[in-house]
Amino acid sequence: MKFNTRRVSALVALTLAASAALTACGSDDGEGGGGGDSASTITFLPKNLGNPYFDASSTGGERAVGEFDGTFEEVGPTTATPDAQVPFINTAAQQGVGALVVSANDPTALGSALEEARDAGVKVVTFDSDVDPEYRDIFVNQASAEGIAQTQVDLIAEQIGEEGQVAILSAAANATNQNAWIELMESYAAETYPNIEIVETVYGDDDDQTSFDKTAALLQSNPELKGIISPTTVGIAAAARYLSTSQYKGQVALTGLGTPNQMREFIEDGTVTSFALWNPEDLGYLAAHAAHALVEGDITGEEGDTFTAGDLGEYTVGADGEVLLGDPTVFTSENIGDFDF
Amino acid sequence: MSASTPTKAPTASGPGTGASAARTYPSYARPAWQRWLLTRETAIIALLVVVLVWANVNVPNFDGPLTVYYLFLDLMPILLIALPMTMIIITGEIDLSVASTVALTSVLTGVLFADAGLSFTMAALAAIAVGALCGAFNGFLVGYVGLPSLAVTIGTLALYRGIAVGLLGTEAKTGFPEEWTDRVKERFGETSYPQVLVVFLVLAVVFAALLHFSGFGRGVYEIGLNDEAARFSGVDVARTKLVLFLLAGAVSGLAGVYYTLRYDLARGDAATGMELQVIAAVLLGGVSIFGGRGALHGVVAGVLLIGVISSAMRLQGETENVTTIVIGLLLVASVVAPRFLAWASGRMPTGAKGPLGRLGRRPSA
Repeated sequence: MKFNTRRVSALVALTLAASAALTACGSDDGEGGGGGDSASTITFLPKNLGNPYFDASSTGGERAVGEFDGTFEEVGPTTATPDAQVPFINTAAQQGVGALVVSANDPTALGSALEEARDAGVKVVTFDSDVDPEYRDIFVNQASAEGIAQTQVDLIAEQIGEEGQVAILSAAANATNQNAWIELMESYAAETYPNIEIVETVYGDDDDQTSFDKTAALLQSNPELKGIISPTTVGIAAAARYLSTSQYKGQVALTGLGTPNQMREFIEDGTVTSFALWNPEDLGYLAAHAAHALVEGDITGEEGDTFTAGDLGEYTVGADGEVLLGDPTVFTSENIGDFDF
Repeated sequence: MSASTPTKAPTASGPGTGASAARTYPSYARPAWQRWLLTRETAIIALLVVVLVWANVNVPNFDGPLTVYYLFLDLMPILLIALPMTMIIITGEIDLSVASTVALTSVLTGVLFADAGLSFTMAALAAIAVGALCGAFNGFLVGYVGLPSLAVTIGTLALYRGIAVGLLGTEAKTGFPEEWTDRVKERFGETSYPQVLVVFLVLAVVFAALLHFSGFGRGVYEIGLNDEAARFSGVDVARTKLVLFLLAGAVSGLAGVYYTLRYDLARGDAATGMELQVIAAVLLGGVSIFGGRGALHGVVAGVLLIGVISSAMRLQGETENVTTIVIGLLLVASVVAPRFLAWASGRMPTGAKGPLGRLGRRPSA
């Protein structure tokens, strides 16, 4: 072959140097990622990575895993679709990890992959978003629908002095979660606070601009309005933004489900006094402890099993293998500084 | 380095035998073994083997029984679509709408089976037919109307995806018959190889025969090298392109049915971004984006290489972004490498002689 010897030797030298460097990097990664006993590994698989909500739940999970000396791993797709989650479930089965803690992008599509993982000895815990019960051992539920509905009604009642007109700014008109909560809110308010009247429900479609416009329209068409409940994080932030620059600031109360990072400025400027959401960090913490209890064989996911989840205390497995985190956390100017999600 | 002797051999034998006196130059610039082995296809296959060996030794659990099984299940749609895509890219065209066709046919399978009450076989066949129709529409616009395939298929990428999402909205169809979903996951006895591989192998043989051993296939290469010249030498350029896009649509339809069964799910956002995975694998496998060169065995190795790298890196606990970066770098390297090797061997594309040629000839002289 007509190779230029000098260039070839330069090329060979470069290749050797590069492969040496790459091998060095590779072995570093190997020790960091693949090390440890895989049976004590708890792998978190959120809906997608780079989502502050799941960053918080993974922080909680990692803290819990640190408490019982396991190995914590977090993997996940960049887009929140079920087909993108399946390869990660398969990988966990190949690695034979102790437990997989999943927030599912679809209730059935992950089913067969999860079944195969369980056949390979992996315990499966779902959190935040469940799969059909036959595909997992335990579902850690962030909050019951009743708890969510009651907390929001209690908050608005407290802020408006238990009487007056209240409206609801929801997500899409066919949003399953929101509609269930609204129904429960209406019946709870009618029973507990007879002087509160829920006059209207409007839908902002979980779109910032639409929610903003609907808030404006709501306030114009209901001059007597004393409070707004928005059981969606997009809606409450848009409504707060409208109120903060309008004449209604401080006159009309606003509460609902929001994240501390979105709502911080409105708590600070007094537009909003309090709002609620389950704490995702606690959710991840509880899910990791539930996974650990399954791996250790302390529980099997049967109704009535009990386990201790670190400093959250004792939990009991309910019907269909559900574990309930508890009532949502209420955020006010007093505690909002403690949260970052 | 004594391999340069073959270049001299014909000139030595020529005058001696007298029979081939008319020809005073070699039939080929390089001996047969070099022509067969020093190709991009061989390089990719070699790289695949190296990565496989490396992963088997260094990546924990890579040698487990599930790895190969999941590897093929995950790669199946890409393997399938890469076959027609190779031929399209060899003609110098491109089809960006394949992933949208996968989504559309998957959704159609779901709608026809669950809502229209068709049997699964009928729903699947209808979906594949619609896939072929989608491809034929692309092929008509590219071949007969003469529009650039990049523009046409960017349009149909949005169009087919739009219809798919529009048909189902945010809803998803599940609950496909178990006899079919199980069939997709079935293995050969106790081995790690899924039975659906047979579908791919049959199609691979068909496409290899079509591309490498038929007049149609020679026409495909000619169109890629120069489609005016191909037309004048009797290749029906428009019809060839129509057939290729139609095949791509039909195979995407098949991949869509597979996708539906593999995940037991039909959703409008299925296979998002898969067109780029397919095209990346085809280019990595040694097919020139300018058309005219490439071979199927290289493309299959390219798909497998990308699959093995992602699988190994997932097992290492690397994030998807790191994997994407590695595959991106590999793709760039595969484009740059031939030029770099040409520079290193002194065999510049222009046929540069002078000092380089002299250096190379010295040992044999």
